[in-house]
Amino acid sequence: MNNLIKGEKHDWEMVIGLEIHAQVKSNSKLFSSSSTKFGSSPNSQVSLVDAAMPGMLPVINKYCVEQAVKTGVGLNAKINNYSVFDRKNYFYADLPQGYQISQYKYPIVGEGKVTIDFKDGTSKDIRIVRLHLEQDAGKSLHDQNPSKTYVDLNRSGVALMEIVSEPDIRTPDEAGMYISKIRSILMYLDTCDGNMQEGSLRADVNISVRKPGDEYGTRCEIKNLNSIKFIKQAINYEAKRQIEILESGGSIEQNTMLFNTSTGKTRPMRNKEEAHDYRYFPDPDLLPLEISDEEIKSIKSSIPQLPDELKNKFIETYKLSNYDASVLTAEKQISDYFNEAINSDNTLKNSAKIVVNWITSELFSLLNKNNLELNNSPVSPKNLGQLVKLISSNEISGKIAKDVMEDMFTSGKSAREIVDEKGLKQVTDQREIEKVIEEVIEDNPKMVQDYLGGKNKLLGFFVGQAMKKTKGKANPKMLNDILINKLNKKN
Amino acid sequence: MSKPSLKQTLNDLDTKKISIRELNQDYLKKIKKKVNLNIFIHFSEENILKQIDNLEKDNSTKKLKGIPIAIKDLFCTKSMPTTAASKILENFNPTYESFVTQKLLDEGSIFVGKTNLDEFAMGSATNTSFFGNTINPLSKENEPLAPGGSSGGSAAAVAADLCLGATGTDTGGSIRQPASFCGVVGIKPTYGLCSRWGIAAFASSLDQAGIFSHNVEDASILLQSIAGFDQRDSTSAKVDIPNYFENLDDDLNGKTVGIPKEYSIDGTPMEISQIWEDAIKVLEKKGVKIKNISLPHTKYALPTYYIIAPAEASSNLARYDGVKYGFRSDEINSLDEMYENTRAQGFGREVKRRILIGTYVLSAGYYDAYYLKAQKVRKLIADDFNIAFKECDFIVTPTAPSAAFPLNEKQNDPIKMYLNDVFTVPASLAGLPGISIPFGKDKNNLPLGIQILGKHFDEQQVFNAAVSLERSYE
Repeated sequence: MNNLIKGEKHDWEMVIGLEIHAQVKSNSKLFSSSSTKFGSSPNSQVSLVDAAMPGMLPVINKYCVEQAVKTGVGLNAKINNYSVFDRKNYFYADLPQGYQISQYKYPIVGEGKVTIDFKDGTSKDIRIVRLHLEQDAGKSLHDQNPSKTYVDLNRSGVALMEIVSEPDIRTPDEAGMYISKIRSILMYLDTCDGNMQEGSLRADVNISVRKPGDEYGTRCEIKNLNSIKFIKQAINYEAKRQIEILESGGSIEQNTMLFNTSTGKTRPMRNKEEAHDYRYFPDPDLLPLEISDEEIKSIKSSIPQLPDELKNKFIETYKLSNYDASVLTAEKQISDYFNEAINSDNTLKNSAKIVVNWITSELFSLLNKNNLELNNSPVSPKNLGQLVKLISSNEISGKIAKDVMEDMFTSGKSAREIVDEKGLKQVTDQREIEKVIEEVIEDNPKMVQDYLGGKNKLLGFFVGQAMKKTKGKANPKMLNDILINKLNKKN
Repeated sequence: MSKPSLKQTLNDLDTKKISIRELNQDYLKKIKKKVNLNIFIHFSEENILKQIDNLEKDNSTKKLKGIPIAIKDLFCTKSMPTTAASKILENFNPTYESFVTQKLLDEGSIFVGKTNLDEFAMGSATNTSFFGNTINPLSKENEPLAPGGSSGGSAAAVAADLCLGATGTDTGGSIRQPASFCGVVGIKPTYGLCSRWGIAAFASSLDQAGIFSHNVEDASILLQSIAGFDQRDSTSAKVDIPNYFENLDDDLNGKTVGIPKEYSIDGTPMEISQIWEDAIKVLEKKGVKIKNISLPHTKYALPTYYIIAPAEASSNLARYDGVKYGFRSDEINSLDEMYENTRAQGFGREVKRRILIGTYVLSAGYYDAYYLKAQKVRKLIADDFNIAFKECDFIVTPTAPSAAFPLNEKQNDPIKMYLNDVFTVPASLAGLPGISIPFGKDKNNLPLGIQILGKHFDEQQVFNAAVSLERSYE
């Protein structure tokens, strides 16, 4: 695979690492009992601790710790028995304490890896450096008043997991696949709701470019991207920007950048000199976090089947390709749907590939067109299974099945109902098909002569005519076989 | 007139010799007479009368029912403003009650007011307060003396008998040193014994609430009332709190006292060395074995403390930014200006000095040399005590290197001021309990203090040794 991009003078390779901030799925905040509900009215979910009132102290939310451990297991990572909360000191209006409680030297989760799967069947491991727990800040609202900034502390203190990758990513697509994979794992584990629009999952992207084989170049960090589309756009823009600078003889300044979603451009927010000195030190209000092997074991045992395990199970049980299986397991709702569909009838086990195709092409495109999530699909998994059964048992043709599918989608009826109501059952009666073909041959003597004279293309014409007479219901293979047979007999 | 005693007063209330109203009206009068000492930042007669009314309606028995208590103005209280003696919290009215003060309220005590302190408890003379100096009640006319600090207001309130007990906090000596200066008893318990919840933080790993009282018995009663586990403070200890008062035992026969040689410091006044020797002699007479011990890292305690405490303070005080509560400067044209002007105008010199020191020692490039090194030394100092306590039951030292000094003497010399903590800081770094009791006087008839240090959570031994020394001295 060629991952290089062409500059004016050289080929360049991107080197990309991601820091993903995933909001821990938890009813209460990391160090207080305030609610984490999204979209509540400003400052309605703020405890004395969240507002950093004098004398208020943080107390760790054990559930958030469990969620982080679970996630660590899902990332095939080392869970640390000992971790420490540090204070990251800086001033900002929406940071009430004047510091963020985070983990610096001793994170709760150490090295791990996730696998991304390509369409061509290959896959690649992206290494994880660490996962740590930290507090989210509040929100500054600059658009409520022309001269004032308002602060909403509802988010202040909400638990985040920061997941840091090694710079193993080489293309915008890989970056997209990586974040999708992380999102999928978190959602299978139920440790993050994965909602990028609401900001539950966002990423900082570190990117540099180099000539293939060279050392890493100077990197820039693009902050706070909250969609896969923007991540790819930002990477593309930033890589081009860096290449242009380097090819014109310049050098890259290590900057923190912001991405403007309306212009699609990045711009510097601060440079290395302006970088904060966060003065990290262990938070004296909190004891080091100690997790015993027994606790880790018990959390591990509560973990559901993860996408990669499920993928391998699908490959083994249903003889699916790596890519098909990875598409099915990209989201829990997809694998759940597939499981239900394929288990709705025990003959479907041998038609797994057809089930996959009907889910990932026909159903997905209908859902897409109608802006629906799979969870709200009008076609139930059972009904989709039934449709596939009708196809694989030759009761209806694939072509008819597409119409049936659309009908199912709008009416919510089952495949069987529609086929019966509309009489769409495939004609598989040899005599009936022979009769139709004989009529077609009789009606078109000239064409028959031409065909026999060598115009093989005319076969399609006869098929079309015969199909028309059966209203598309003739079994295509039978029709084809009988037609060739009969035409050749005329010779 | 007999010496004031909380214990005796409880008996008098019990036997109806005196009523809650009479008792507190007496104290009200005394407080009003001593306004010139500037002991209270907040005092409200109306508030006290309201508390009396409420208690009179309350028929339940409570351990400290009707007892007038003064509260250091670092404890957040619902019924009174809380300032930490800083302009930045002027007019701050908490909507919550600190763990310690809630416990005292639950026991039925009456809060007579909020006492003065060094701003955010940073100081040793109660002279960095935004609300002005507190004057030591033992001062002679026209020769005002410092009450010590930072809990100077609380120490002075007890010394002037404006209450039967007071709360304090001790980070490096802020209870023990003013107790010594004012001639009262002051105990800083083991770190973690009393919850820090609701106490404006100075240095979280050192801050600990404690008690001032007229005598050791009273201290043992009050400490039991404010101690206990609190799940809202992660550093709060899950230990059983004994009935210190019931268990008081002045028989020290067979015990061993440690006398650390490193506490004999050049330049310590003769009188201080003298009372130390006197105390040792008294103990010896009581059958206590005298053991000379060594705490070899003592000389590093002060510099270690003055790295760790400011480091934590620089972060703890970041929340006072003018955004959410408290003082905000009027001169604001940008967010940065709001921070700069609010903090420049809202904090006093000593607080700023410590924020600067703390920011410096945590900075990239200096962290390892200062903060990390200090943490390592802190461990060595704690180890010194652990080793020493294998050979002795408690340790006796002087509390402070001098008696109360004139009010403005060390104002402009922070280093001299910091030296006041030389005997108290090591135990703070080790998280050990320590008490200061009045023991002897200097040539000007000013009280001097003896400090007794104990093992972690062995407050009982500390009280026992203290009560024994106290009774022999009387």
